[in-house]
Amino acid sequence: MTVLAELELQTFVLLRLGERRFAVSSGQIVELVAPSRVFRFPHHTPKIEGVILRRGRIVPVCDVAEPLIGKRLTSRRLYLIATRHYGAQTEWVALPVTGECELINAELMAAGASDEPHVGGWISHAGDVIEVLNLDALTPGPDEIVREAALQETLEAQP
Amino acid sequence: MRLAAPLKPTPVRSEQIILFRVSGQLFAVSSASVQEVRSADSLSGGAIEITAPGLRKVRHVLRRGDRSLFIVNGAAHFGLPPSPGVLVFVLRKTRTALLIDGIEKMTAMTRLQALPLSFCHEERQWYRGLTALDQTVVPVVRPEGFLSSEDLALLDAALPPMEILGEEAVEGTELQQ
Repeated sequence: MTVLAELELQTFVLLRLGERRFAVSSGQIVELVAPSRVFRFPHHTPKIEGVILRRGRIVPVCDVAEPLIGKRLTSRRLYLIATRHYGAQTEWVALPVTGECELINAELMAAGASDEPHVGGWISHAGDVIEVLNLDALTPGPDEIVREAALQETLEAQP
Repeated sequence: MRLAAPLKPTPVRSEQIILFRVSGQLFAVSSASVQEVRSADSLSGGAIEITAPGLRKVRHVLRRGDRSLFIVNGAAHFGLPPSPGVLVFVLRKTRTALLIDGIEKMTAMTRLQALPLSFCHEERQWYRGLTALDQTVVPVVRPEGFLSSEDLALLDAALPPMEILGEEAVEGTELQQ
């Protein structure tokens, strides 16, 4: 491996959801924690299960399995706590994952125009091509309302 | 050599809150927001039935002087399973009286964390934020969040004529601020 190639490598955390693996840039990861009590209260935001208490912070638990693997997680082992950007603001979100996570170095390939918004790029690892997740697009936030409103307008405009 | 004056501990600001239950779910409200606590039974004589299209959480209205107070069913508002509703909080500076199942206790919170931005639907109107009490997370309700201005317009339009709304004679428990 040349020095140039080495410089292009980035660090990712591989996470498992069901049978599939995904990657998140390691710079976004806060910590990996054992499941703790989820506090639930009424709300209308899809994907948010509730909140957990971690280091004095109240962290929303966001199940991203359904949009990624087509079903909700029935078993989980850990919560991957990551940072999520909301414009200039950054907050923690807890992502339930079903297996151990792995730290790897890989070269990031840019996402294509036809990729889903939650795809931040691709990496190749151990013979697999793995999606790098764009958590800002995958987890809910105020921009989701704007997207939903736009979708609703499109549907209403259709004859 | 002079020693630096010892730092005075900063007093922790706290806010008195009432923990209450609706359909088994725990919520908190600032005590300062609750003008009065009454039993639902005591209102049965003074409340008038009301039906506003598309607003099932309000079924009754109370006449208070020259204004009307709308009784919001807490379970229906939060989308929880129906519950009988035993007590009513008359919420200060609003036109809302909130039907709840019971008061858990009065306590103080020292920290109110803003609702995480991941929560992006009606709940942003419902809650002022979240607080951690005894290793439990409790949503702190926003008194103005139970009825929007659109809801109030619908309810006002559905109000029966003024003369039907009789004066209330029942007593409530006035809360001190």
